[in-house]
Amino acid sequence: MLDNPALPAIDPATLAVMQNALRQIVDEMDIALEKAAFNPVMSEARDRANGIYHPVTGEVVAQGDTGLPIFVGVMQYAVQSALAAFPDMEEGDVVILNDPYCGGTHLMDVKLVRPFYYKGKRFAFLANCGHWTDIGGNVPGGFGVKATEVIQEGVRIPPIMLYRKGVLQEGILDILFANMRVPEERQGDLKAQVAALNVGEERLTALLDKYGDGTVTRYIDELNARAEQQMRAYITQIPDGSYHFETSLDSDGIVLEPINVVLQMTVKGDRLQFDFTGSSKPVKGPLNGSISATFAAVFVALKHVFPEVPINAGIFRPVDMIVPEDTFLNAKYPRAVSGSSAEVSLRVVDAVFGCLAQAVPDRVPAACFGSVANFTISGYDQKRDKPFIMFRFSGGGYGGHPICDGLTNGNAPISAARTSPVEIIEQLYPLTFDHYRIREGSAGAGYHRGGFGMEFQIRLREGEAVSSVLGDRGRFPPYGLHGGHDAEKADVEYVTSGISYRPEHVTKDEGILMAAGDTARVATPGGGGWGDPMTRDPRKVLRDVMMGYFSREAAKRDYGVVLRDGASGLEVDEDATRRIRNGHTSLKEAS
Amino acid sequence: MQFHVGVDVGGTFTDTIAIDADAGTVKLSKVPSTPPNQAVGFLNGLRQVDIPYEAVSWLVHGTTVGTNATLERNGAVCGLITTRGFRDIIELARRERPQLFGLYGEFEPLILRKNRLEVTERLNADGEVVVPLDEDGLRDAIEELKANGVEALMIGFLHAYANPVHEQRALSIAREIWPNPYITTSADILREYREVERFGTAAVNAYIQPLIHRYVTRLKSDLKEAGVPRNLAIMQANGGIMSADMACDRSVNTVLSGPAAGVIAASYISRMAGFKNVMTCDLGGTSFDVGMIVNGTPVVSSDRDLGFNLPMRIPVIDIHTIGAGGGSIAHINEAGILQVGPRSAGAVPGPISYGRGGEKVTVTDANVVLGRLSSEKLLSVEGGVDMPRVHKAFDEQVGAALGLDAISAAAATLRVVNDSMAGAIRLVSLQRGFDPREFAIFSFGGAGPLHGTALARELGVPHVIVPYVPGITCALGCIVADVRHDFVQTVSRLIDEVSESDLADVLKTHRAEGEERLKADQVPVGAIEVTHFADMQYEGQTYTLRVALNPDDLSTAALKDALRQAYLDRFSIDLSNFRAKLINLRTAVTGRRQALDLKRIFNASPKKSSAAEAIIGEREVWFDGAWLKTPIYARDELPVGAEIMGPAIFNQMDTTTVAEPGNRITVDEVGNLIIEVK
Repeated sequence: MLDNPALPAIDPATLAVMQNALRQIVDEMDIALEKAAFNPVMSEARDRANGIYHPVTGEVVAQGDTGLPIFVGVMQYAVQSALAAFPDMEEGDVVILNDPYCGGTHLMDVKLVRPFYYKGKRFAFLANCGHWTDIGGNVPGGFGVKATEVIQEGVRIPPIMLYRKGVLQEGILDILFANMRVPEERQGDLKAQVAALNVGEERLTALLDKYGDGTVTRYIDELNARAEQQMRAYITQIPDGSYHFETSLDSDGIVLEPINVVLQMTVKGDRLQFDFTGSSKPVKGPLNGSISATFAAVFVALKHVFPEVPINAGIFRPVDMIVPEDTFLNAKYPRAVSGSSAEVSLRVVDAVFGCLAQAVPDRVPAACFGSVANFTISGYDQKRDKPFIMFRFSGGGYGGHPICDGLTNGNAPISAARTSPVEIIEQLYPLTFDHYRIREGSAGAGYHRGGFGMEFQIRLREGEAVSSVLGDRGRFPPYGLHGGHDAEKADVEYVTSGISYRPEHVTKDEGILMAAGDTARVATPGGGGWGDPMTRDPRKVLRDVMMGYFSREAAKRDYGVVLRDGASGLEVDEDATRRIRNGHTSLKEAS
Repeated sequence: MQFHVGVDVGGTFTDTIAIDADAGTVKLSKVPSTPPNQAVGFLNGLRQVDIPYEAVSWLVHGTTVGTNATLERNGAVCGLITTRGFRDIIELARRERPQLFGLYGEFEPLILRKNRLEVTERLNADGEVVVPLDEDGLRDAIEELKANGVEALMIGFLHAYANPVHEQRALSIAREIWPNPYITTSADILREYREVERFGTAAVNAYIQPLIHRYVTRLKSDLKEAGVPRNLAIMQANGGIMSADMACDRSVNTVLSGPAAGVIAASYISRMAGFKNVMTCDLGGTSFDVGMIVNGTPVVSSDRDLGFNLPMRIPVIDIHTIGAGGGSIAHINEAGILQVGPRSAGAVPGPISYGRGGEKVTVTDANVVLGRLSSEKLLSVEGGVDMPRVHKAFDEQVGAALGLDAISAAAATLRVVNDSMAGAIRLVSLQRGFDPREFAIFSFGGAGPLHGTALARELGVPHVIVPYVPGITCALGCIVADVRHDFVQTVSRLIDEVSESDLADVLKTHRAEGEERLKADQVPVGAIEVTHFADMQYEGQTYTLRVALNPDDLSTAALKDALRQAYLDRFSIDLSNFRAKLINLRTAVTGRRQALDLKRIFNASPKKSSAAEAIIGEREVWFDGAWLKTPIYARDELPVGAEIMGPAIFNQMDTTTVAEPGNRITVDEVGNLIIEVK
């Protein structure tokens, strides 16, 4: 953006108006991409993001509020990588990339970056990102659990010019699509991403026509400064101090050893530091994190605690990050990374919440289910005479919160994605669901209990297929807080030819062959409990048992609530309950 | 003497309008709503319009009984019988959270888990029976729900959209052993795939059906007792009406019907005024509703959610709502940026100007400070506004942080709220592929006409229409609405795989069912109009685009071409090299009711012979940085053809219209203010 020697004074109303206008442009880009996209991960699951970025630094100016949260911090690294590769981008150029070590996440997230010109001058970059359901590689869908190098995970695209002065470089697409499954769908997705950039270009031009580029630049700079000020104001609300938290991923899918996230969070006045020194070394399997995904996860966690923080570069300034290169959270080529955004980043979020829970206990929930259990079945659909890939991620319980119980079957904190309906999956693929239900007893007990996870069992109707799963929280459960219990762990079970099979790494396996009639069952964790369950209102415990959320035995064991069959159904045995609960005071009484 | 009566029950007021088309008599009333039992307010309103009850020919009623019960979770105790393995569908929903950022929030499903039972049965996606219905198990389940004290029953099986055979069988068995008027089957409400959405919509129906039934029955008997001999019809969310009996079956159709009536009236009035493309802007105390009327027809959508995890997929007049209104509170956030809303002072304590204990500055207060609203005669405020107090509040709450005086702070507040409303309009229109500059703004609701011209200027919209009685638009919508019934059938096949005659059969069935329902309604209608639509996509996509169908040409080529064109229009991309897929067929069957001559309303009160004579005073009003002496007109007294140049203020009972400097205002034949905005 251009320097203006005679800076006009900031008009407060125009400032608010400008903030809305920029937000609206990127929201519209989000909508355009969602509605035109070809794969359900982008359209139904909204696994995509759009934004406007600084013409010189590549920093984020505005990003769509409905974009997938994890992309909040990722996108500007993608723009900066494109800019570093092509400093002289011209009008009509579009750069494509998905390189995890260069502003990316996992390979499936494909980014487009286009310089935006106004009256012959570069005013900004427009960019977006969408999750492609296949990117080539060893395993359909991209979540290869046994991958030890990125090369096995799919096509890696370093920043490369896809359009040059508005002309599509078809040869590049030919190479890409020759290495992907179902290429025609990918072509549709790409068109949708380009269409969203067009929408952004149109709307941004209209804004500049109205206010003039100098004025808009001036206000963008001011909005950045204000966002920084806002971020600092929030940080000031966190008591000064140094907070430590550790949490672990089950394993990398190859070596059965925990992978540790070690975080030291330091608050000093209006500055925050996140230091991941001491976290595990890079791992053999695909559970490495890209640096941009690690950064992004930290900001997503902060935004969950301070939702009003706008998405622009100002919010990054008061925050320092230390992610040593010898940790798995800052993977380098050729480490495998497919678990980077969906699983590793969730554990980063848990670690940030774990620190914040010590600092601002009244604002932070217990751990959520923490794994979306990326599940794939692929095979050949004989009826339609074509190959198919069914990809499904799952929800789970949220942690008990200072103000309420956890939500049941929520989406991951880094996500805004919805799951596809049973009726659609059964129609598109030769698969049948045996059940899709609340996983009873999966939530951590607490004064505010966690929400519940879900479980589904899916059956191959005909032919043969191969399945893979990449999840976590199968060995270490979501944590409870302030006396709340941990939640149930994840569980995966296949039954092939009548024989039950549970993966050694619990939630990580691939190449599982399925024949007609074979089943796979995936069960996700609930959320951790918040506060001592012995202080939960017995009537709420009674209600939970009546709803079948957990058993009578669990009510007694976890909550100290004894139920008996009364004249008009189940009721609380007050005396017996008091005897067990003796010594536990309710939080309200305590305070 | 024959009166058509429309009664709209809103959150605050119950509006009634009675029109005798032959005699040219129009009566209006506005009475407080009575939320615990809306019928009380209904009858009060009817009493106030003071017409001979035996002269009522049709009463059309817009009610919020269903909407409120659903949102406040005080509907009936419901039971669900569903496919084994899937009783939690309505609680699991689609794996979402209430807000994108902030990991909190709870969800209480409309049907509690203990009352959701499973029976053995299964269909596949082609509608074939894979596992037969276990009828003994079904009977046991019904008995169990009865014993649990369930009042309404919902039956929902997977893939019932493709073949409702098991739902129908279960329905007849349920009726046999449990004579009960409150049984809903999912496919009867919606023959559309996606179980979360179909079950969710059917659950709303089951949840409110007993309430609607009781309410309507009570109302009918009250009316009969009062001596109103004629029939009662109920407003639907699709903008049509249905008989009261039909409403007892298809209760979900009453949800969100209030705002729909407003858009229907707007389309009727705008058509008379010669405007075919209109954006309706209904601004009240807490919310701003935008609707689109394209080529004389309100845009209808069927992807509304009633709230978190509460999908409602029946066709609904497409209205976009944001939290902005007269009560919206202005404040400075942590970044030092002025924000207006979404928090609202509501009716209680309300804006500071109301003197009811409100302490936060609101949009209404800004309008008062700037002279746009009278500080002496503010609606429902006894005595004058305590102006020094309002000024002081603007100084302290907004001005101090921004370095502005009270006047400038109020002006900034208005600009910010107008901008967010303009943003909502822009989003609604552009998202649907329309340029707002080719539309007129139709302003109504208590605060709409205060802001209409500013919105038009911001958006480059050339005309603002302010109807003769803006505050009663929804009640008027009840009178002018046609009778309408909608149908959907999921097909979900590649267009190359469907036969033209199969499609024609579906549409024919829809039409026949629609005509049958019109007959059952017994509302007198003239012409019957049938329109067909298709929801289509390219294979692999999940979103669909809706296009109008010509029933005489359902050829593969016609369908494909329509889809290709829709993508070009909407996103400027050609995707015709992909395989086109037909997802749903839809039909709307409309029975046209007798047209109403709006001049009657206008001519019902005496007019002055010129605009100048209608001036009742003047005051200083702040426009764009300066105070201008602005004449105040008695809106009701302006004659047809009056021409006025802005600035001007138009006063009437329930709203104030502001015309800005340079606006040219004319009074058209039916009493609308047509404001030309430069």
